[in-house]
Amino acid sequence: MSVNQTVNLDKVQEIIERHGGNKSKLISILQDIQAVYHYLPAEALKTISRLLKIPLIDIVSVATFYRAFSLKPRGKHVATVCMGTACHVRGAPKILEEFERQLQIKKGETSKDGEWSLESVACLGCCAIGPVVVVDGDYHAHTSIRKVPNILKKYRK
Amino acid sequence: MKRIKKIKTIDELKKLIEEQELSRKQEPKKVITVSSGTCGQARGSLKVIEALKKAIKAEGLEEKVKLRITGCHGFCEAEPNIIIYPDGIFYQKLTPADVRTIIKETVAEGKIVEKLLYKDPQTGTRAVKESDIPFYQKQKRIVLGDNVFVDPTSLLDYFSIGGFRSFLKALTELKPDDIIQTVKKSGLRGRGGAGFPTGVKWEATRHSPGDIKYVICNGDEGDPGAYMDRSVLEGNPYRVIEGMMIGALAIGAKDGYIYVRDEYPLAVRHVTLAIDQLYKVGLLGKDILGTGVTFDLHIAKGAGAFVCGEETALIASIEGRVGEPRQRPPFPSVKGLWGKPTCINNVETWANIPLIIKNGADWFASIGTDRSKGTKIFSLVGKINNTGLVEVPMGITLREIIYDIGGGIPDGKAFKAVQTGGPSGGCLPASLLDLPIDYESLTGAGSIMGSGGMIVMDEKTCMVDVAMYFLNFLRDESCGKCLSCREGTQRMWEIVKDISEGKGKPGDLELLEELALATKDASMCGLGQTAANPVLSALRYFRDEFEAHIYEKRCPAGVCKSLIRYVVIPGKCTGCEACKRACPTQAIQGTRSQPHLILYDKCIKCGACLEACHFEAIEAQREEAIIIEKEVMP
Repeated sequence: MSVNQTVNLDKVQEIIERHGGNKSKLISILQDIQAVYHYLPAEALKTISRLLKIPLIDIVSVATFYRAFSLKPRGKHVATVCMGTACHVRGAPKILEEFERQLQIKKGETSKDGEWSLESVACLGCCAIGPVVVVDGDYHAHTSIRKVPNILKKYRK
Repeated sequence: MKRIKKIKTIDELKKLIEEQELSRKQEPKKVITVSSGTCGQARGSLKVIEALKKAIKAEGLEEKVKLRITGCHGFCEAEPNIIIYPDGIFYQKLTPADVRTIIKETVAEGKIVEKLLYKDPQTGTRAVKESDIPFYQKQKRIVLGDNVFVDPTSLLDYFSIGGFRSFLKALTELKPDDIIQTVKKSGLRGRGGAGFPTGVKWEATRHSPGDIKYVICNGDEGDPGAYMDRSVLEGNPYRVIEGMMIGALAIGAKDGYIYVRDEYPLAVRHVTLAIDQLYKVGLLGKDILGTGVTFDLHIAKGAGAFVCGEETALIASIEGRVGEPRQRPPFPSVKGLWGKPTCINNVETWANIPLIIKNGADWFASIGTDRSKGTKIFSLVGKINNTGLVEVPMGITLREIIYDIGGGIPDGKAFKAVQTGGPSGGCLPASLLDLPIDYESLTGAGSIMGSGGMIVMDEKTCMVDVAMYFLNFLRDESCGKCLSCREGTQRMWEIVKDISEGKGKPGDLELLEELALATKDASMCGLGQTAANPVLSALRYFRDEFEAHIYEKRCPAGVCKSLIRYVVIPGKCTGCEACKRACPTQAIQGTRSQPHLILYDKCIKCGACLEACHFEAIEAQREEAIIIEKEVMP
């Protein structure tokens, strides 16, 4: 896992420049940075603060307000369980619990070996095919407790 | 994708649209339309598309068959599905293996493949065409209907169904005031939930002082259980943009934003593609068609905050700030994005505009009820046979939607409630099934129209659990600005959680009601003001269920974990061992062909056995009953 990886700030600078150094593009800038690093490295936030002249506290406040951002490094694989209403009534909480048991981590955590992060999302808008789980961008429809080990197996080596 | 040259004049655009309309008429004899929105892709539509391409090539039918990949057709239950035109044959739940048969038998020989047709779960009859399926029969798909006909990544495809004719009409034949009068006269009201008259909003923005004005499309569809905006943005992005362009002409805006949830990657991609394409051909930007009209359109991505669906929070988010709502007035129509007059409308509202301009206000006003005009798209999900997006005229009853269109409740279970309006709405019981759906009657019943989520619940859904679910969602999503909302949702959640865990006490429900009203009255934005609805409506219609949890420590639906234990019903158990294999804690004992037994001290109540059992031999019984049984039978 790249916890101690030094952040290549050239990319951060490049992203800021792509958005024209525009303060109001802060959320887009954070999204692009997260797309590269899969989380928001502290160094990157400091760089934004310096280049855009926004107090660091304001950047952190935006980064912690929106659910999509993570200040902690995430695992190589990310499993996201949809907790929307339609998925909920079809048993999403039980699916999440099964993921927690299988991965031995709680929602919002990353496994010690850096392989897996487990997250939940308010709704993915695929309500008709719920309960839905997304792993590394692949949608798994009509999941059940029994299907969880097989879903995980596909991504485990 | 075919490159289109820059369109420089109104006449050039007219000519191009005419050409494309003609070319649609001259399309090859057979067109295979594949539904491939997010749901379709999740169910394997991309593999079906690959297989179709291969099979068409293998049979040498490239010249005779056109493949059109479209957004969602709405019947999500039947994904992946295709429609073969001109006959309109509808094949559903396809796998790549089915494709060869379809191409050989249906496309080449004109025969129908019976087993791939839709089968009515009640009558068992097969339907050949989409229009034969009960799911589609009571719908009126004026907004969603075109999803079937357009490839959302192709501007030419949109031209070929007459796309941008409404914009041309607005540009050449109508004055801004005429457009506003048409929208006002149509009776269109905001589809995002609150139902404010769209034309009035436009007029207010137009007449607000200032040279710089904005239009915004609110695609932050945060209500869990609602996904019609995703489907429209994915399946027909050009229609939404055309609506915004007409709105911009009427209001006098030169800049616009489409705010889309980050959780909708395909919608983001299709909207981005559409905007790029329109800039390339000169329908966006400066001096559009040489008329001197300027309109710039940008995409802003949400970052996962429900409160950003509130207009002032959404504006804050576009400005790059924390999405906290602010006090209104001033309304955005006076002081919006960067302090300028701004008109925010929902995706579905914008998508209706080109239709109103094209067909006239009277046409639109002829659909629906006295005060709620037009159609509304609902996402019919949860415990229902035909899940999917349904577009119905306003005024239709809940019963028609759930039973005629939705095909009723699966597995012979009883209907219990339908939740509308997401976390701002409420649960409506069976006694209200004949309620006509319009803004006023839903509000009167303690729910709201909302953005259109309709989650059906059966007897196995616990209303305490559902209330707890929404309160948990709201306490999580409350931005924290108003104390009443921040603490109110938290405390209400704690009380309901206690009730669900068997720790409820007399007086809890009264306290809940008091808190709910305080949260409603003292909060600033829509989130807090409506946060009480899920609880209040649940208490209004399902109070006995709350009381059973409090006084009898019993969960009638068998959902609340602390109040249930899973037991094997010996008479039903065949000893197949399916539950035993599924159990993660080896809590199930028994030999093959003999009734099994669940060891209570090992059971973690995960529900895996319940899911694995094919004989309904596992039941959630009340914890207390089992204890009593033990005491009675030593």
